Amino acid sequence: MSGFARHRRSRLIIANFTGFEADLLRSLASQLVELLRNEAAVPSDDRDPFEAMMDFSGPTTEPEDPVLARLFPTAYPDDEEAASEFRRFTEGALRDGKATAAVTIIETLEEAGLPPELTEDGLMIDVELDEPTAEIWLRSFTDVRLALASRLGVEDGDDDVWAALPDEDPRAQAHDIYEWVGYLQETLVEALTTD
Amino acid sequence: MLVCHDGVVSAASPVEVEPTTFSDEFTQMATPWVTIVWNDPVNLMSYVSYVFQKYFGYEKKKAEKLMLEVHEDGKSVVSTGSREEMERDVQAMHEYGLWATMDKSE
Repeated sequence: MSGFARHRRSRLIIANFTGFEADLLRSLASQLVELLRNEAAVPSDDRDPFEAMMDFSGPTTEPEDPVLARLFPTAYPDDEEAASEFRRFTEGALRDGKATAAVTIIETLEEAGLPPELTEDGLMIDVELDEPTAEIWLRSFTDVRLALASRLGVEDGDDDVWAALPDEDPRAQAHDIYEWVGYLQETLVEALTTD
Repeated sequence: MLVCHDGVVSAASPVEVEPTTFSDEFTQMATPWVTIVWNDPVNLMSYVSYVFQKYFGYEKKKAEKLMLEVHEDGKSVVSTGSREEMERDVQAMHEYGLWATMDKSE
């Protein structure tokens, strides 16, 4: 596990993943895509039924799922009407952008040789990202980390809580994955800002 | 433009505009809005600083100062401008996964 680095000659951002790591990244990205595309984008609201039916443009109320509520925060905390309007005009595009970014991760890994089903031992996946693609990965890592953190209930200064969990606790394993994606993201920022 | 709002001076019959009306509208136009980024336990300090440099084009020093404000004070005003401009900035921050809101400048 060495994270991302900038290749000196090609200027590309490179990383080498084990098959297991690449498969894990694909799985996280796929879950994000599923959440973004499947969770109803138009929650129920209490408007006039006819008016609600004729409005196809976008959701106006905060998503019920805490992960989605964090990915699409309320822009105007003290103005419900303006917040609804903002959400109506932005949430659809934001959802599409985040889903497309996660799909980019999946496609890059598969183009780099990750098979649909991981069966082979000792497989290594080398990815080479140009800068725009690296930035897409960077943003999507944020979404994955926000999703994992929302599910886990990560808070500031709670490292001891996670460290104290027994290894077999599924939350400990999920938190390890969260930390790992954080490490990858840290090295990716570093690689992007290194000339 | 995401939201239509008042405060745009009409081009029609400028000579008939009352001075008081103009002054009211001028005040409204001049009232800036702000984009606020809030602290969260997830986003890396290096990433937040990167986003401020990349999106706003801020120098590294300014980006890091704003990032530290977010981290230490819980929030920071990261840009100021018209309502439309701030809606664009807030949307961009949400694209990057930062927790951003907007408000009228105090």
